[in-house]
Amino acid sequence: MKVNDAFLGSVFLGLSLLILWSVRSLPKIPGQDVGPSAFPSLLASLLAICSVLLVIRGIRERRLQPFFQAGAWTGSWPHVRSFLIVIGGLLFYALSSEYLGYFLCAPIILVSLFLSLGVSAAKALPLAALATLGAHTVFYKMLLVPLPWGLLPVLW
Amino acid sequence: MSAIAAAFDLVFQPYVLLVILCSSVYGLVVGCIPGLTATMATALLVPITFFMPPVPAIAAIVSASAMAIFSGDIPGALLRIPGTPASAAYTDEAYAMTRKGQAGIALGAGLVFSVLGGLFGTAVMIVSAPALAEIAVQFSSFEYFWMAVLGLAGAVFIGSASVLKACVTLLLGLLVSCVGMENPAGAPRFTLGIGELLGGVALIPMVVGIFAVSEILRNVTAMDAPPKIGTEQIGNVFKGMGALLKRYWLPLIRGSALGTIIGIQPGSGPDMASWMSYAMSKRLSKEPEKFGTGHVEGIIEAGAANNSSLAGAWIPALVFGIPGDSITAIAIGVLYLKNLNPGPTIFINNPQAIYAIFIVFVLANLLMLPLGWIIIKLAQNVLRISRAVLMPIVLLFCIVGAFAINNSEFGVLLMLIFGAIAFVLEDNGFPVAPAILGMVLGNMLEENLVTSMIKSDGSLATFFTRPIAGGLAAAIFVILLWPVASWLIRGARGEKASGSLTEAVPRPLKKSSAARS
Repeated sequence: MKVNDAFLGSVFLGLSLLILWSVRSLPKIPGQDVGPSAFPSLLASLLAICSVLLVIRGIRERRLQPFFQAGAWTGSWPHVRSFLIVIGGLLFYALSSEYLGYFLCAPIILVSLFLSLGVSAAKALPLAALATLGAHTVFYKMLLVPLPWGLLPVLW
Repeated sequence: MSAIAAAFDLVFQPYVLLVILCSSVYGLVVGCIPGLTATMATALLVPITFFMPPVPAIAAIVSASAMAIFSGDIPGALLRIPGTPASAAYTDEAYAMTRKGQAGIALGAGLVFSVLGGLFGTAVMIVSAPALAEIAVQFSSFEYFWMAVLGLAGAVFIGSASVLKACVTLLLGLLVSCVGMENPAGAPRFTLGIGELLGGVALIPMVVGIFAVSEILRNVTAMDAPPKIGTEQIGNVFKGMGALLKRYWLPLIRGSALGTIIGIQPGSGPDMASWMSYAMSKRLSKEPEKFGTGHVEGIIEAGAANNSSLAGAWIPALVFGIPGDSITAIAIGVLYLKNLNPGPTIFINNPQAIYAIFIVFVLANLLMLPLGWIIIKLAQNVLRISRAVLMPIVLLFCIVGAFAINNSEFGVLLMLIFGAIAFVLEDNGFPVAPAILGMVLGNMLEENLVTSMIKSDGSLATFFTRPIAGGLAAAIFVILLWPVASWLIRGARGEKASGSLTEAVPRPLKKSSAARS
């Protein structure tokens, strides 16, 4: 996904202005001129300058840089599907793993991405089971990371 | 002497040796697979090192990254696809050798001279780091401020395809480091009312997002057909290496020296080292006409350079806490998490840890010979593993790794956000390495800036009048003027400049990102 520099420049300009505005509410250190707002203000000002330069460059090169150009993959449904599964899978895990548990979430994400990438079901299912168990062994058993059990009872 | 003995004790333990062996094998396999970079190998390893004591944690990172940089040569030679961007400079050359039936020589030279380059860089590190630390002990906040600026300026102004875009990602990284309560007033800053952000944006989910999730997204959206695996027979890779060493000892030393220097220079790592030394090799060679037709000289020089730069990058990392490239930036983050803050005092208070790191470097480079030989033998099989099988598994390890740091789903969310941002930014020509450097150096930069401003009562003059601080400031202005100078040199030389060193500078990022996409 390519966008014109002017567009990203405007986004960063907005961000830097937002930062400059929000640091005003940070507390000061009594008796000192420099406090917690000094460093981010400096950075945001520099970012604002860079953003303006980006906008200027984007406008100057508008013939060479289209405003928005979707990557070739956006025209191919299997690629879009896999992309959405990666993003959606991460969101799904972040939002539901505590309730559903690792052993339900991980295989769902794995199997859907395997299938979407063209791995046959006969291969995807055992692979997903192995990977789920493997990661659990390394992190839960060996590194003692409390991966959530969720709906399942604690099994091992 | 007792510190050195203690260091040997720290390293030569079954646990640490096993960690080195496992991470070496891991680094070799990941580096060998096109689309998985050495930086990604390191990023994925970090959540696991988080649970280790400092020495094995660093040993894991050092071994995995050194192995990955070498094994990136393998798919370069066999498939004409660099396994890591650091091999891109001489991929065409190595592939041309394979076409001539010399795959064994190309890979053997890559292996042997990677080891020698790595050992050269390690030797420089062992000699120079303690000496530099003695100077660094005298540094005050003013000098540290300039050192951090020097590191960041190097990241932006040397080797970036677009200085402006590198500036933007650097500033974004620095702004991310501002989040949390670690600021002069200890007040919550930019936390958006989210409790998890009070301690700052966790480095590990950010690193895994930027270097692994964005790489997964790039892989699942890649339109190119899977590569055809050849059936070349690779003979004895060590055959004829003695003769090559005798004939090309000068390019070896030249490449290793240039690689080490580029590694030391903050912000430029192995990619840059191999591009520049390949260009230098071609320029200074007695037979430049053979370059590009399957000539081993450039592979020797650039292969040594990218491995020596890895060790070089650790010099500023250990002495000043300023990372030399994105891999050491990640490593510094890990050291901070382990309360082993890099800087000159570590040489005084904890010298055995430093010596242990030196020993690990030597060990990892020596281990590369037998393990590298094995991976070359198995390469055809490793290359057959399809991306469709790998990517979901990598994604699962990202998820679990990001969760593991604070045992919270918030880490997974952070990783997703940074991964998606990095994916879009890289597509638009923004380099992401400066963001990591900014994130790692941000707190140090702010602390030293604010301390210095308070000490000098708000006067900026003191930043320039102390002798070392003034010298560092001058060095930064030289770096700032670098793009202008190289532009002037190119202008003065006119067309003749093509293929020169100054010309080679902007190429690495463009080429390596092209190689990845």
